[in-house]
Amino acid sequence: MPDTPLISESAVESAVEAALAAIAAAPDTAALKAARSAHAGEASTLAQLNASLRDVPNDQKAALGKLVGQARGRVTQAIAAREAELAVAEEQARLAAETIDVTGIPVKHVVGARHPLTTQMEQMSDIFIAMGWEVAEGPELENEWFNFDALNFDPDHPARAMQDTFFIDPVERHLVLRTHTSPVQIRSLLERELPVYVVAPGRVFRTDELDATHTPVFHQMEGIAIDKGLTMAHLRGTLEHMARAMFGEGARIRLRPSYFPFTEPSAELDVWHPTFRGGARWIEWGGCGMVNPNVLRAAGIDPDVYQGFAFGMGIERTLMFRNGVSDMRDMVEGDIRFSQQFGMVV
Amino acid sequence: MRIPLSWLREWVDVPATGDATADADHVHAALVKVGLEEEGVHGGALTGPIVVGEVLDFVEEPQSNGKTIRWCQVRTGTTADGEPEVRGIVCGARNFMIGDLVVVTLPGAVLPGPFPIAARKTYGHVSDGMIASARELGLGDEHDGILRLATLGIEAEPGTDAIALLGLDDLAVEVNVTPDRGYTLSIRGIAREYSHSTGAGFRDPAKALEVGEGAGFSVIVDDRAPIRGRRGCDVFVTRVVRGIDATRPTPRWMVQRLQLAGIRSISLPVDITNYVMLELGQPIHAYDLQRLQGGITVRRALPGETLTTLDDQTRTLDAEDLLITDESGPIGIAGVMGGASSEVHDGTTDVLIEAATFDPVSIARSARRHKLPSEASKRFARGVDPLVAAPAAQRVVDLLVELAGGTVDALGSEWIEAKRPESIALAEGYVDRLIGVDYSLDEVTDSLTAIGCRLKPEGEGWLVEPPSWRPDLVDAPSLAEEVARIVGYDRIPSELPVAPPGRGLTRAQRVRRGVGAALAAAGLTEVLAYPFVRSADNALMGGDDVAQTRVANALDAEQAMLRVSLLPGLAAIAHRNRSRGLTDLALFEIGHVVLPEQGRTYGVDAVPFGAARPSEAALDELERSIPHQPWYVGALFVGDRRGRGIGQAAEESGIADALDAAHVVASVAGVTLRVETGQHPALHPGRTAALYVGDEPVGVAGELLPAVAEERDLPRRVGVLELDLDRLVALGSGEVAARELATFPAATQDLSLVVPVEVPAGAVREAVVEGAGPLLEHAELVDDYRGQGLEPGTKSLTLALRFRAADRTLTAAEATEAKNAGLAVAAERFGATLRA
Repeated sequence: MPDTPLISESAVESAVEAALAAIAAAPDTAALKAARSAHAGEASTLAQLNASLRDVPNDQKAALGKLVGQARGRVTQAIAAREAELAVAEEQARLAAETIDVTGIPVKHVVGARHPLTTQMEQMSDIFIAMGWEVAEGPELENEWFNFDALNFDPDHPARAMQDTFFIDPVERHLVLRTHTSPVQIRSLLERELPVYVVAPGRVFRTDELDATHTPVFHQMEGIAIDKGLTMAHLRGTLEHMARAMFGEGARIRLRPSYFPFTEPSAELDVWHPTFRGGARWIEWGGCGMVNPNVLRAAGIDPDVYQGFAFGMGIERTLMFRNGVSDMRDMVEGDIRFSQQFGMVV
Repeated sequence: MRIPLSWLREWVDVPATGDATADADHVHAALVKVGLEEEGVHGGALTGPIVVGEVLDFVEEPQSNGKTIRWCQVRTGTTADGEPEVRGIVCGARNFMIGDLVVVTLPGAVLPGPFPIAARKTYGHVSDGMIASARELGLGDEHDGILRLATLGIEAEPGTDAIALLGLDDLAVEVNVTPDRGYTLSIRGIAREYSHSTGAGFRDPAKALEVGEGAGFSVIVDDRAPIRGRRGCDVFVTRVVRGIDATRPTPRWMVQRLQLAGIRSISLPVDITNYVMLELGQPIHAYDLQRLQGGITVRRALPGETLTTLDDQTRTLDAEDLLITDESGPIGIAGVMGGASSEVHDGTTDVLIEAATFDPVSIARSARRHKLPSEASKRFARGVDPLVAAPAAQRVVDLLVELAGGTVDALGSEWIEAKRPESIALAEGYVDRLIGVDYSLDEVTDSLTAIGCRLKPEGEGWLVEPPSWRPDLVDAPSLAEEVARIVGYDRIPSELPVAPPGRGLTRAQRVRRGVGAALAAAGLTEVLAYPFVRSADNALMGGDDVAQTRVANALDAEQAMLRVSLLPGLAAIAHRNRSRGLTDLALFEIGHVVLPEQGRTYGVDAVPFGAARPSEAALDELERSIPHQPWYVGALFVGDRRGRGIGQAAEESGIADALDAAHVVASVAGVTLRVETGQHPALHPGRTAALYVGDEPVGVAGELLPAVAEERDLPRRVGVLELDLDRLVALGSGEVAARELATFPAATQDLSLVVPVEVPAGAVREAVVEGAGPLLEHAELVDDYRGQGLEPGTKSLTLALRFRAADRTLTAAEATEAKNAGLAVAAERFGATLRA
């Protein structure tokens, strides 16, 4: 076996040294691959030394085998270590190359916005839904009976003329654009099983010219609760809860005597909070009262058995003092900057 | 209602702190507690020093401008060492003499305007103040010369504070009177309410008079057509005063109070009637007795009758109008406006005073019919105390005697047929049960007594007779309100009621919220347009024969129609934004449209009477009386969907955005939209997609016709979408049945086929999906190629297909077989061939 190299400590050591030097010198994974092939591949010196082990006398096999085995192990380890080193360096170089200016990335998807009047109505509704109330709805073009007569507005009472009503042509057919969401109260009482606890958010109409504080089309949130034993104290409690849920724990409410055909007693509702635009102050928020027995009768409910309360407030007005909207026109003109400053919140 | 504080103090004890503004605030605070809302403060626009001056001397100096001024020496007080304080003042007026007492505004004073006074050089002198006219002092319209105090019968030392002397320091508080409380349109009513609020002593001005009675003047009330069964006139009192001088000036205090109350001084007799109306709430009419022919008859108008009213308008009367007539015919529309023929004038010597009570409904209708809202009709429409007529007539008599030099005459009449208010049964404990307060028995009875009710115990409670001035007290709740109001709403505790468990939002409500949130997240901005549009807008959206609803009294006659589509409103808002430089827009609105049916008449002949549940048939008729008003969602896209950026070109929006938004809406509603080539009068004929759920049309997406866009000042490409949200909700199940997910490997293949160009890609895709059967999991159109290598008039569509079986790994052969089955259906339907 003259072709087989003789296994000696020096032969093994010099093969290992040559391999380690080549591995260390490899500048990238391609060079390392070449070094692996040259120094650990089938044609490498160490492989040949390993092959010549079969010719070694049995009594030396163990010692020489260990010598060659350890040498091959050292080379394999060195390759793995260098491989890891190079991988880190190369990944770092790649990351550096992929760097972009994150502050200049163009917008791929524009974000839109809800109208704050809608968001506000949803938020107010949620306060009541959480108490077990439901949200009721009705048409905007309404029959006068629902908008007036059923609500105890006598056809000749000044209160009816004061509503500044839009009438549908021909006027003698008794159709109007609802002047409040109160017709929904009547519809709820007619359609639902007692007791009734509903809120009615929605659009209403009055013949006011558009200016900084008026709009012919605006939004209201009304509520009605009819049950056995409801009192004006329950009305106050409900409104107080609503005010606190909307404005914070520090909110206070105040009731002042007033007049509405569909409630008796009637009250104006003022609300107070330290964070209002313009400082801590009382602000007129809406109207409320105990539902007039004639309204219950119009829905076929016995007022000697059931009684309850109703309330209503303007959504535009709420946005004005809560969010500092100073001009009504901003809410109706559809300038996208108005909705976009609110995004999805109110 | 404006209430001069000095007048209020005559009838109720209002503290006077010396600070009129603080007093006004106090009165407002007291009145708001009992339900009279604060509206403002009037007067007090005048601040000192304003003093009485004595004209010592003057020199007339003609000026180059043709005017002659007077250079006056005016004594305006006394110095500390007892010498007269004299000022030189330039005055343009010449209606005074040496020795006259006048009003001098000194430097530092401010007149209404505001018009600050300072020493200034004029006409070659330094004028150390100004001699004031009545108008400058807010004392009337008189501006022909300066105010001479002698004309007001005033004598005072020079230097006296003229503001206090003339009563110019008086303020009026203005409160809003709710329509149920007609009696508070008077000093009498306000004083009573102030007393309820504060406990201050109230003196009833109606009881402060010795009320006499006239007789012998013929008055006949002959109402043959009462409105709603109510006689037009319940009370008609007349009195006569003879020998008055109608030209005498109205005393300054009366002018001042009338003015503060918002009523212009006209002549002494008219001012007196207005003054008494304000004080007692009783409208008064004064006739020139010599111009009346015979007695008075109160009756309804006859067909064709006319009347020339005080404002010199000749009015054709309606059979419902209640008239005051004499033998000559109509001399006034009762409670609304008198006639010109019997009006008092400067030469009037004998006056007939009318104090009457008319039916509120009759007066309200006449005032509306003739568009004559007046101080009188406002009071009658809200109800006037029938028992105040005679005292009010007496008060006018007294003032005419005192101020106009008249003598009371025995002639007159008294016809008082007012019914007593109906008594109301009030059960003990009822007020507590309604208000939620434990009132003591005394609180209940004292409150009701205080407002003028008479209580008689009856059963377990009382029989309550309301006072004559409270027609609004008709039932137990109205009495409960009085107790709550008089004791104070502050006593009402706070208690949260417990509602039965609710069901949350309905599916339709959840879908609407979800659509709003999803569209906003998808980049659209929500707007809320007015529903008023032009007739042409509706015709454009719904076709020339679209049924429309008109608002009878629209604010803008051009835009009197209710919208049948959300798109015209969105287009108008888009235009407004673009005119403000906001050019890239993606807008949406969720709102109602009004869709009447062609040829149907809506509304009802008459509405049912209130206060009773209508029959089911009547309710059904009411329900059918209004047109269909579904919720729609509309969207509009114009400009760039995505702007220019670093390494990014701008992308123009269009129909693709409309379709994307449509799928977003459909996804929230739980339906799948089918897109077909469509047609719409307002949309681009080649860029209109009809949207279906199954076979049911639910909306349209596309781009506006360029002409339509141009008419609205919008660019050529405007993407729009409109969907019937109510239909989507109805068509969506709201419940999803989950499928098992197959986990065997998918096989993907592309299919390129050639069809005539006019065949819609969507239809080809549908055919392939149908033919390929259940193994086809997903099919996406990825290419539309036309040109080289294809026959003219054809195009090649490429579909990326994904196949999968639920129970095994598909072989390529199986996938190909399914693909070919798809191709076969497309071939059969559209002549599709596999692309070579």
